[in-house]
Amino acid sequence: MKKLLLSLLLLVGLVGVSALAQTAAEPKEPTLEQRIADLEAYMNNGARTPDVASKVAGPGPGHNAWQMVSTALVLFMTLPGLALFYGGLVRKKNVLSVLAQCLGIACMVTPLWWVCGYSLSFAGSGPFIGDLTNAFFNGVEPGNVGAGYHWISDSMWAMFQLTFAIITPALIVGAIAERMKFTAIMAFVLVWMFVVYFPLAHMVWSVNGFMCGALNPKATIKALDFAGGTVVHMSSGWSALVLCMILGKRLGFGKEPMPPHSMVFCMVGTGMLWVGWYGFNAGSALGADAIASNAFTTTTLAAAVAGLTWAAAEWLLRGKPSVLGFCSGIVAGLVVITPACGFVTSTSAVIMGVLAGVIPFVAVTYLKKMLGYDDALDTFGVHGVGGTLGALLTGVFADEKVNSVVAGVKEGLVMSQIKAIVVTMVLSIVATAIIAYIIKWVIGLRPTPEQENQGLDIVDHNEEGYSSV
Amino acid sequence: MSQIMKKIEAIIKPFKLEEVKDALHEVGIAGMTVSEVKGFGRQKGHTEIYRGSEYTVDFLPKIKVELVVGDEKAGEAVAAIIKAAKTGKIGDGKIFVSPVEEAIRIRTEEKGESAV
Repeated sequence: MKKLLLSLLLLVGLVGVSALAQTAAEPKEPTLEQRIADLEAYMNNGARTPDVASKVAGPGPGHNAWQMVSTALVLFMTLPGLALFYGGLVRKKNVLSVLAQCLGIACMVTPLWWVCGYSLSFAGSGPFIGDLTNAFFNGVEPGNVGAGYHWISDSMWAMFQLTFAIITPALIVGAIAERMKFTAIMAFVLVWMFVVYFPLAHMVWSVNGFMCGALNPKATIKALDFAGGTVVHMSSGWSALVLCMILGKRLGFGKEPMPPHSMVFCMVGTGMLWVGWYGFNAGSALGADAIASNAFTTTTLAAAVAGLTWAAAEWLLRGKPSVLGFCSGIVAGLVVITPACGFVTSTSAVIMGVLAGVIPFVAVTYLKKMLGYDDALDTFGVHGVGGTLGALLTGVFADEKVNSVVAGVKEGLVMSQIKAIVVTMVLSIVATAIIAYIIKWVIGLRPTPEQENQGLDIVDHNEEGYSSV
Repeated sequence: MSQIMKKIEAIIKPFKLEEVKDALHEVGIAGMTVSEVKGFGRQKGHTEIYRGSEYTVDFLPKIKVELVVGDEKAGEAVAAIIKAAKTGKIGDGKIFVSPVEEAIRIRTEEKGESAV
C-alpha cells in the first residue's frame, strides 16, 4: 500500500514537472513592439523574433509572390525557352526530338523531386548528400517557412529548386543532339540526378553542405554560388562534354552541312531565356529585396555586354555580326554572371560580361574545331566554360558591400572557388563517364545509322515537326 | 483546229514572279502553276557561318513557273516571260518548252486545247 502510494505520488510529481517544462517551452505571446519588429523583419526580408508566437508566422506575401513568379520564370526557361533555343539550332528532321527531351525531362524530374530528389538535396545533416526526411514531401508544408528563407513558403522553396533540377539535365541534351536515343537520354538523366545533381545541390546550397560557404560556417570549402554556376552550368557543361565524346560525332559531321533549321526559333528561345533568367538569378535572393535587385541589375548588364562583345568579335574576325552570335553571347553572359549575380557590383558585372563574350567565344569557335569533338549545340563551350569562368570570377569580384555574406568567406575565396570547381568537374566527369558506359552496355546510346539519317522525330516519336499539309 | 499543246517551264528569279505573271496576263494567258525551287547554273552561291562552322550554300532559291498553252500561243508566252524576267545579270534563269500529250479539265472532263 505504501509502495503504491509512493509510486503514485512520483507519477503525479513527474507529470507536474513535465507540464511546467512544457509551458516554459511554449512561445510567449508577442508584445506590441515584437509584433512591429516582426512586420519590419518582413519588410526587410530578415529573421523574426525568436521564441515568440509570431502573428505573421507564414510566408510573407511580397517575398513569396516574387518567389512564385521566379519559379514560373525558371520553368519558362526550359519550356519553351531552352526547347526553342536548341530546337532552332538542329536540323528540321530532329526538332521534335529536342522538344520531347525537354518535355520528358521536366515531366520525369518533377515526380522524382517529390519522391526523394528534394529530400536528398536539402534535408539531413550530412555534408555530401541529404536523407529521406522529406521524401514524398513529408514535412514540406505550404504554410511553413525557413527551409529556404524567412519569408518564403517551404513549398515554394521546393518548387523553385525543382525548376533548377529540371533545367540542369535539359542543358546537357544540347551536346548530344541529333544522335542519342530518347530512352537512353531519359535513363541517363534519371541516374545522373542521383549521382551528380542531388549531391552537388546538397554540397553547394544545403545549410550543412560541404561547399556551402554562404550558409555553413563549418563548410570544408567555403565557396559561393548565388544561383548555380557550379550546380547547374558546370555540372551540365562538363557532363555534356564527356557524354558527347563517348557518344561520338554525328554521321556526316564535318562533311555534310548541318546549319540551324530556324534561327528565328533560336532567337525567340534566347529572349525567353534572358527574361526567364531574372527568375533564376534574382529569384535566388529568396525575397524581393535589395540583393534581388542587385542580381537583376548585374544579370542585365552581363547579358547585354556579353552579347555585344560576342557580336563585335564576329564582326572583327568574320566580317559580319550574326544573330547566332548575339544569342550565344547573351546566353554566355547570363551563364557567367549566375554564380556572382548577388555578390558583385554593376561594374564587375560589365567586366564579367566582356570576358563572357570572349572566352566562351574562343572555346566555341576555335577550341571545338581544334579538339574535334561534336558538341552539337555548344553546351560545353557556353555552359561548361562559362560556368567555370563565372565561378572563378565570383571569387575575384565578390564584394561584402553588396552582400554581407561575402564578409565571412572573402579570405581565400578565389582558392575556395577553385576547389569547388575541381570537385564539381571531377564529380561530373567521372560520374557521367560511368553512367554513359553502363547505359551504352545495357540499352545502347545511339540510333542505327539509318535511323539517324531518317531523323529522330520519326524514329523516336512518330511525328513530323512541320507537316506538308 | 490544232490540238498541239506545249508545256512551258520557266525558272526565274523569285522577285520577278509578279512581273512575269502580269506579262503573261497581257498576252491572254490566265493560268499557271508556281513552285519554290532551288538550283544553280552559273550563278555562285554564298557562305554562311554558324559559331565558327562555315557552310557553302550552292543552291539558290528560284521560282518555277509552269504553263500549258496551245501551240500558237507558245511563242508569245515565251517572249513575254523573257521580257519580264530578264535583268541582264547571271542567274536570270532558263525556259524549257516541251510537247504535251493530253490536257484535261477535271470539272468538265473537257480534253485538248479547251482544257488549258
